[in-house]
Amino acid sequence: MATAATLRRSVDPAARFEARSATREAPWVKRTLLAVALSFFALFLLMPLIAVFIEALRKGWETYFTALIEPDALASIRLTLLAAGIAVPLNLVFGVSAAWAIAKFEFRGKHFLITLIDLPFSVSPVIAGLVYILMFGAHGWFGPWLNEHDIRIVFAVPGIVLATIFVTFPFVARELIPLMQAQGREEEEAAIVLGANGWRTFWHVTLPNIRWGLLYGVILCNARAMGEFGAVSVVSGHIRGETNTMPLQVEILYNEYQFAAAFAVASLLALLALVTLGIKSWVEHNAARSGPAAQDEATAS
Amino acid sequence: MARSTRVLPGFGPTLGLTLTWLSLIVLLPLASVFLKASNLSLSEFWNVVSAPRVVASYKLSFGMSLSAAAINAVFGLMLAWCLVRYRFPGKRLVDALIDLPFALPTAVAGIALTALYAKNGWIGQWLEPLGIQVAFKPLGVLVALVFIGLPFVVRTVQPVLEDLDVEHEEAAASLGAGRGQTFRYVLLPVLLPALLTGFTLAFARAVGEYGSVIFIAGNIPMISEITPLMIITKLEQYDYVGATAVAEVMLLISFALLLLINGLQAWTARRTGRDR
Repeated sequence: MATAATLRRSVDPAARFEARSATREAPWVKRTLLAVALSFFALFLLMPLIAVFIEALRKGWETYFTALIEPDALASIRLTLLAAGIAVPLNLVFGVSAAWAIAKFEFRGKHFLITLIDLPFSVSPVIAGLVYILMFGAHGWFGPWLNEHDIRIVFAVPGIVLATIFVTFPFVARELIPLMQAQGREEEEAAIVLGANGWRTFWHVTLPNIRWGLLYGVILCNARAMGEFGAVSVVSGHIRGETNTMPLQVEILYNEYQFAAAFAVASLLALLALVTLGIKSWVEHNAARSGPAAQDEATAS
Repeated sequence: MARSTRVLPGFGPTLGLTLTWLSLIVLLPLASVFLKASNLSLSEFWNVVSAPRVVASYKLSFGMSLSAAAINAVFGLMLAWCLVRYRFPGKRLVDALIDLPFALPTAVAGIALTALYAKNGWIGQWLEPLGIQVAFKPLGVLVALVFIGLPFVVRTVQPVLEDLDVEHEEAAASLGAGRGQTFRYVLLPVLLPALLTGFTLAFARAVGEYGSVIFIAGNIPMISEITPLMIITKLEQYDYVGATAVAEVMLLISFALLLLINGLQAWTARRTGRDR
């Protein structure tokens, strides 16, 4: 088992294309394609990433850490954690329940429902913020009522949480629906027939099967929740130390020409992105090893 | 499957929760845009959405989004090809970092790209003597949108490329086709639906993108203002009706793109025999 795993990792699937003359290009073609593609990669993806850390440390480690423990920066970190801490679990529960209904049952309008769940992906983040202003703002539908009862939603923390939920809405459902559809319902049906109740079936049969997909959805959902800028910017009101999330704090510092401080906060978000990508690669690796794809690979090689 | 043969429990509660949450978080708020905009008469609506400054922003947003998606289609295909077909050092790192634009907050991308392309930046200082200015110009919008859109093309083309049967290429080679001909007549037709899907996904994302663009664009009226910024500008002037009218135009375009993407994905599935 261990040798099979290491073998699979060491043999790049690309080798089979390079080995056959029918699927191999002339060496100069390969070198040119690699050079152009990797230069593009370096120019557009690698350099911006490196620039964040270089700019953050331009004035030394001391300035870097001073910028991070500054009260407004700390407040923005707390608010970002709070917004993600509410939005991610809610969308997790929603995603699992949507995937259960869609993948395990047949009903009319299923494809339409999937399209509706995907909707927040195709809406501009600015509009995602705007809709809550129209609902809960001073001139919005519920504005007068909220005002009467002295409840603030927009330009306050609840609005930020709502906008975050909106933009991260599809992430978990999107990962789970195709996965659970592919797995079918035989295993769950067997558990029910054998006398397990619904919850037990879910915890002991479904959850172990979907754990990698679930983790994948959650980390992507979390990355977006912590990094969202446009939607949150519209509903935040930009009150320092109160309604600024980390991305908004980056904007404020940047617009005040405090570049080192802006990039210091930005570097935390860039680290979050790197951790997200690291976990994502790890999950993909594990999912490929435990899933049916691994068996296909093993039989092929 | 008929209702009577359902063995699994929980259909009612899970579908109920899904529909309630969907309605509260997504559908009702989006409906408010159309209700708010209906406060305007048709001619007032038209005046708002066809004002010169707004029209200039459509031209910039659509022109740059199309250009960025086209650039990504070309280089994204190349990157996907290299990742699937060639062995090279650092490949796993490159493969993992392709998704960076999905994971890196847009505001961070925005200030990083601005720092790179400013006059004294790493890249900007080499472009400046050539008379090319990127930061705070329309070209800056293009750079930001290329960054944002790249993974969409790579990640839609890559799986299709991985699943291709080599038999077709071997058949083409045995019939005497060169690699160029094989690519043009055998591979490209199979890859085309996925490539178009990636192009459209990148385009759809670019049209609505805000965070990464506003830092590098300079936001000069009539020259480098994108459409999402017009909504923000109108909101800051408390012109809620105007903001909503522009938002409605953008939403209609998004819905049209969504339909197009669904159609393209169905085409990809048929062409490659994959059911997604």
